[in-house]
Amino acid sequence: MIFALILGFALLVIGIYGMLSQRNLIKIVIGFSIADTGIHIIIVSIGYLRNRTAPILNSAVNLKNAVNEVVDPIPSVLVLTAIVIGLAVTALMLSFVVELYKKKQSLSIDDYQELKW
Amino acid sequence: MISVIIVVILGIIMMVAGVVALHLKNLLAAIITAGAISLLASVIYLILGSPDVAMTEASIGSGLTTIIFLYALNKVKKEDKND
Amino acid sequence: MIKKIFVILTMIGLIMMLSSLVLNFEFVEQLNDLSADYVTGSIEDLKSQNVVTSVIVTYRGLDTLGEVTVLFLATAGIGFLLGKRKGKKRVASELLQTSSSFLVALIILLGVYIFSHGHLTPGGGFQGGVVIANAFLLLILSDASIKFNHTILQLVESLSGAFYVIVGIIGLVLTIGFLNAKIIPLGEFGRLISAGAIPIIYSLIGLKVGSELTNIIDTMRGE
Repeated sequence: MIFALILGFALLVIGIYGMLSQRNLIKIVIGFSIADTGIHIIIVSIGYLRNRTAPILNSAVNLKNAVNEVVDPIPSVLVLTAIVIGLAVTALMLSFVVELYKKKQSLSIDDYQELKW
Repeated sequence: MISVIIVVILGIIMMVAGVVALHLKNLLAAIITAGAISLLASVIYLILGSPDVAMTEASIGSGLTTIIFLYALNKVKKEDKND
Repeated sequence: MIKKIFVILTMIGLIMMLSSLVLNFEFVEQLNDLSADYVTGSIEDLKSQNVVTSVIVTYRGLDTLGEVTVLFLATAGIGFLLGKRKGKKRVASELLQTSSSFLVALIILLGVYIFSHGHLTPGGGFQGGVVIANAFLLLILSDASIKFNHTILQLVESLSGAFYVIVGIIGLVLTIGFLNAKIIPLGEFGRLISAGAIPIIYSLIGLKVGSELTNIIDTMRGE
């Protein structure tokens, strides 16, 4: 579905813009999670085929003709993995934010310039 | 046809919510808005024919991620008050 | 100021790249060969109703093992970064305390249902594990001073992870391949006891994910 594809790309752009433009560390993580959602929507919408049902082969699907009645299962598998890993990455990023805050008592990224040149 | 209309309406809401979440001054409201984006995304996965992904996104993306954000915000705020 | 110009230039470049991808995108009308093979294999080879589950647990089983390992590493990293610290206790409302006492058992039951029916209905180990972790989150919300027994949590996590690998190695010993579901009889298509070892593997993944995410929540709250 082309609208879902456009929505996914729009969320990706919004998330990357947020990561680049925001100064607050928690806002940067929020931008990352929005971009993550956008990428997932892109992958799922690529696997969508018109007028087909979900890849659950119950009584709604004719087993002999299942290949022509279900949507692509592979994007679902990839996104399922990516969501769980995304949770782990977000949690790790947030614990880094808490650690950084303990060091300097600031959430602004402008206060962390040790690696700048 | 009805599914296309639902995707377009949800998509407009999600894009507006994304921009709002990045520009809100209140961090708590921004986190809740980002969680709402995930919840609406799970409806879109259901329309696109992947109920497995919809379940995962609804429970992980909008449930646990929001909770972890709130705990991190709570830790940052709590130490703010002590100083 | 110069930063803003760079950000805007980056966004313009990104939008140009992505818009050419959207404009030239062509939707297909047929499944590709690999997906079609997975769908027919799930019916004839594995007798599992849910194609996504059979791909995750069997065809891409090694991937899932790596994913569970990444989740474990993230848990360990969070525990390393955020040690335990003491805070003040707060009291939950009457409504939350009363309702949580009988809702927790029902939510855990729902989680077990989701991961034990992973080969029949949408859902599976990851979703069920998250539902179980949410039940423990409700316990934490209703009583902030509650303490979990970390020995039992770690025991559940490490035992389910070890059995997951052992089930995989049994397939190697029987010379049908690592993490193959056909180590026990497949059964009848569409029944609860079917699809070989898929329900066993997914239940182990569910227990492991549930205990890991409970651990993450418990560490992040910091009391």
